[in-house]
Amino acid sequence: MIPLSSYLILGAILFSISIAGIFINRKNVIVLLMCIELMLLAVNINFIAFSHFLGDTAGQVFVFFILTVAAAEAAIGLAILVVVFRNRQTINVSELNTLKG
Amino acid sequence: MTFFEVVFYAFSTLMVVAALGVVSARNPVHSVLFLVLTFFASSAIWLLLEAEFLAITLVLVYVGAVMVLFLFVVMMLDINVTRMREGLMRYAPFGIAIAILLIVQMVMVVGPEHFGLQAFPVPESHAADYSNTKELGRVLYTDYVYAFELASVILLVAIVAAITLTMRRRPNTRYQKPSAQMKVLKEDRLRIIKMKSETIEPENKQ
Repeated sequence: MIPLSSYLILGAILFSISIAGIFINRKNVIVLLMCIELMLLAVNINFIAFSHFLGDTAGQVFVFFILTVAAAEAAIGLAILVVVFRNRQTINVSELNTLKG
Repeated sequence: MTFFEVVFYAFSTLMVVAALGVVSARNPVHSVLFLVLTFFASSAIWLLLEAEFLAITLVLVYVGAVMVLFLFVVMMLDINVTRMREGLMRYAPFGIAIAILLIVQMVMVVGPEHFGLQAFPVPESHAADYSNTKELGRVLYTDYVYAFELASVILLVAIVAAITLTMRRRPNTRYQKPSAQMKVLKEDRLRIIKMKSETIEPENKQ
C-alpha cells in the first residue's frame, strides 16, 4: 500500500517546483499567480492525505475553503492584472515601478 | 506493485512533469494548459485518497472556471514574451538550488521514518455504500456552517471587487436608465387619435 509519506513527499516536490517557478518567472505576473495556485494545490494534497490517514473529515472541509478563497483570489488578481495592463500596456514586474520612492 | 501503486506513481509522475512544464513553458498559454493537466492528475490522486467530492470539484470548479478565467486573461493581454524572458538564466540556477534544498529538507521531515506505514497504517477502505459527499455535507452544514457562510460572503466580495475593478464606462456606449424607464407615462409614448376607418380600393377587378 502507499504510505502517507509518499503523498507528503509529492506535496513537498510540488511546492518546491512552484517556489522555483517564482524565482524563474519573476517578470511575468500571470505565471506568478499560476505558481501560487500550484502551491495551494500542494497544500491541499497534504490536507487530503492527512484527512484520509487520520480518518477525519475536517481536512476535506479545509480544502473546500481553500478552494473557495483561491478562486476569489484568482478572480481579484486577474481583475487587477487587467486594469494594470489597460493603464500601463505592460505586466512586466520590472516596469511597474511608478511607486518607487 | 498493486493497482493502487501503479495509479499513484503514474499520476504523480504526470503531475510533477506537468508542474515543471508550468514553470518552464515559454508561452503563458502553454503554462495554463500544463496547470490544467496538473489539476487533472491531482484529482486522480485525490480519488485514491477517497476524497471523491473534492476531486470532482477540482475538475469542475477549478479547471472549468478558474483555469478558463486564466486562459481568457492570458489570451486577452498582449504579452511581449521575449522581454519577459530576459534575465531568466541569471536567476534559474538560484531557483533550482533553493528548490532542491527545500525538497531535501522537507523529505527529511516528512519522509518514511516519521510518516511511514508503521506510524500511520493505511486505514480500512470505506464500504461501497459510503457517500463522501453526504459525509462532507453533514459536517459542512453543522460544525462549519459559520465558516461556510463566511466563505459565501468572501465569494460575494470577490464578485463585486472584480466587476468594479474591470468595469469602465465608455463615452459612446448607450446605457439603459432604469429610473427614467420607470418614470415614463403612457402619454409620453402613446397618442390616440380618432379617425374614420379607411377602405382599400380594389385594383383592376376582373
